[in-house]
Amino acid sequence: MSANRRAFLRLATLAPVALSWPALARAAPQAGSRGLLILVELKGGNDGLNTVIPYADPAYAALRPRVAIGRDQVVQLTERTGLHPSLVALKDAWDAHELAIVQGVGYPQPNLSHFRSIEIWDTASRSDEYLDSGWIARAFARAPRPASLAADGVVIGNAGMGPLAGPGLRALSLATPEQFLRSARLARDEEDATRNAALAHILKVERDVVASARRIVPSRTFAQPFPPGPFGSAVNTAAQLAANPSGVAVVHLSLGSFDTHANQLGQHANLLRQLGEGLAALRGALKEIGRWDSTVIATYSEFGRRPRENLSAGTDHGTASAQFVLGGAVKGGLHGEPPALDRLDANGNLPFAVDFRSCYAALLRHCWDIPARGVFDGNLAALPIFEKSV
Amino acid sequence: MSPLRFFLPVLLALAAVAARAAPLGYADARHLLNRTGFGATDADVREYAALTREEAVKRLLDGARREAATPAPAFVHEPIVPYREVREMDAEQRKAFRGTLVQQGLELRAWWIGEMLATPSPLTERMTLFWHNHFATSQRKVRYAQLMYAQNALLRREALGNFGTMLHAVARDPAMLVWLDNARSRREAPNENFAREVMELFTLGEGHYGERDVKEAARAFTGWSLEPATARFVYRPRWHDDGDKTVLGTTGPLDGDAVLDLLLARAETSEHIARKLWLEFVSPTPDAAEVARWARTFREMHYEIKPLMREVLLSSAFWAPANRGALVKSPVDLVVGTLHGFSIHPADLRPAAVALALFGQNLFAPPNVKGWAGGDAWIDSATLLGRRQFVERVFRGAQESMMNTAVAPDAPVGAGAVNVRAMLERGLGSYAFNAASWTGPLASDAAARLDTLVLPIASVSNPAGASGIARLERLVADPAYQLR
Repeated sequence: MSANRRAFLRLATLAPVALSWPALARAAPQAGSRGLLILVELKGGNDGLNTVIPYADPAYAALRPRVAIGRDQVVQLTERTGLHPSLVALKDAWDAHELAIVQGVGYPQPNLSHFRSIEIWDTASRSDEYLDSGWIARAFARAPRPASLAADGVVIGNAGMGPLAGPGLRALSLATPEQFLRSARLARDEEDATRNAALAHILKVERDVVASARRIVPSRTFAQPFPPGPFGSAVNTAAQLAANPSGVAVVHLSLGSFDTHANQLGQHANLLRQLGEGLAALRGALKEIGRWDSTVIATYSEFGRRPRENLSAGTDHGTASAQFVLGGAVKGGLHGEPPALDRLDANGNLPFAVDFRSCYAALLRHCWDIPARGVFDGNLAALPIFEKSV
Repeated sequence: MSPLRFFLPVLLALAAVAARAAPLGYADARHLLNRTGFGATDADVREYAALTREEAVKRLLDGARREAATPAPAFVHEPIVPYREVREMDAEQRKAFRGTLVQQGLELRAWWIGEMLATPSPLTERMTLFWHNHFATSQRKVRYAQLMYAQNALLRREALGNFGTMLHAVARDPAMLVWLDNARSRREAPNENFAREVMELFTLGEGHYGERDVKEAARAFTGWSLEPATARFVYRPRWHDDGDKTVLGTTGPLDGDAVLDLLLARAETSEHIARKLWLEFVSPTPDAAEVARWARTFREMHYEIKPLMREVLLSSAFWAPANRGALVKSPVDLVVGTLHGFSIHPADLRPAAVALALFGQNLFAPPNVKGWAGGDAWIDSATLLGRRQFVERVFRGAQESMMNTAVAPDAPVGAGAVNVRAMLERGLGSYAFNAASWTGPLASDAAARLDTLVLPIASVSNPAGASGIARLERLVADPAYQLR
């Protein structure tokens, strides 16, 4: 039998799987496959100061005559800290103590280049260290996920594999499950005996497609509505993957560009609205399918932006920033330290209070009980941002 | 020392000389033309097969152009609508204006693809694309398609000309001044974006400069700006910081040109370019010694690109059997190469531009200033399936919708993603292979030549037994068709 024919027969068995969706949905995924991490990359360097706003700090308004968000506009969380008004959709999660806001996330010797800095975040390297694989890929290489998963990780859109880049990981990139299934018939399950690295890569992607196509189920609908636009669609796809009975371990979404060098206010408000409404819808959908307690949503971005606005009513590349962690098991509230606007460095940038790798350590420990040691450097204690384990 | 160890290098050297003196033959000509162009036809390959390596490379380099062969879209001669006027538009007008920009952008992409297909010098277009990826600038921020066209013309003018000339011109290029914010940079608050990327990406490479160099260089570029009404380059002396700066150890009242000359004087710059050329033309694993040799030539020839390309294309690494098929086809290689190689002449090339965007190479809109990562990164589950669907539609007229192709939320050309994809659906109907009008080797006794023409290495799914069109369909569906 030809390889083509074999692949076709394997795919042909998909149809009954699709029809038996409710039965499969009741079958609990096996132990260890439960934790789902949804990473949301804010591409271009999100302005942390205008996202989580130290509205009571007089230095904030003084540094940003044109770009500051007025005290009367912020969504107040505490007497000192508020959210950008476009993030009002996250207030419910905050009130339910299901939103952890980590302030001052960064790393030593910050790099201000988009590409180098996102590489540092994706690979969890030191600033002066170059690693080839993503932090998730390395973690799963040490503690492989069950082969029964539909995929180790799924990147929605073609943002690049980022933290999922690395040999051995079963990572997919797709727009929606049904589109994926319709086109997966073109992939084949070919043995790999080549010394040509490029060809080996292509054959591996094909095998991954075939393996995942056996387990990805077509779309389901949610009572929870999703916001319009590309990010809303991506969030919808993430919710569908969370509902997949075979499970996936990581979903990666991205939104951008947050590279607001000029005329920042309108562009940033629009992006944060998409973010806030998208994450709120995702929370609703995950609750609907009973996965909110076993899922963690975490944002990240290559850097924050400079506290002092520039002459173009925008902000230049900065350092430490605020990140969001949401989930049913999250310890809601403020973590880390508020921005020290009185302690800017020689470039006028913020000092960091929390190394991003200690956030990663917390995510690895909480979602899959994987120790950070050996995945990335240093003995970084997991940040205490979770109430209970999955 | 054994006689073998003594004689082997001599023998290899003699063999290399012999290879240079002998005619290329079909397989080597196919390799050269596909690495330097897009989808060589059987006729092209046969013509080059009779030349020696030296002759073939000389002919390619002598054929280099400084201008496009096809007429540019009419809009490039229209003046831009100044930002001041855009600001005063009401919502309706602004929407219409944005729509115009998207349409012009699409037209521009289709024009460039048409040039890649029609040019007598595909190497010129491959190099123009190489420099577009090097000085990666996106219409998403620049917005005006006229400025993107002007930058494209600049990159083509020096595509095989002089890198120093190109660098100095790019630093004054309006699209670049918008893209990396230098147009707004003034001495009170220098914008560091261009100064940083010119060192990290355009010349030295990461790790060969410090934060201080970036800050000082940013001061040198202050005042390099744009005339708002025309978007033409203008130098504003009152915005320029003419104080002393120290960049890479040199102190003085440096201006932007002086900084660029300091960057060109560093060996790292020539090595950075030479290394990228290896990745484009040879394999994913550069040989440091050979790259250093190319870089030396590049510096000695004062950054003239033709002598460097001559080194590259006559190097033993370029011709090494182990490097055949070692590169993943870019979306342009796949789409333009398929159209050219199989003599498919669609009336409308905008669907091809959209297909490129779906496969991750939206021309005039690279993902960031670092350009497309390329190599293995071209292939993930979504893009691979999309590429296979494209080929299947072209060769089998398959009705399977390209809508199945996964697409990044922001991949299509701009606004109206759904319309753009609908256009792809409709437009691809005319992207059909016609065996009757193709002059390639489809005869039943020409199977070996067909294999050599279509694939860079042996097929993975052995098409033994199939001949003619059936064999061709197997070859283009083979994973090896994704390689070059």
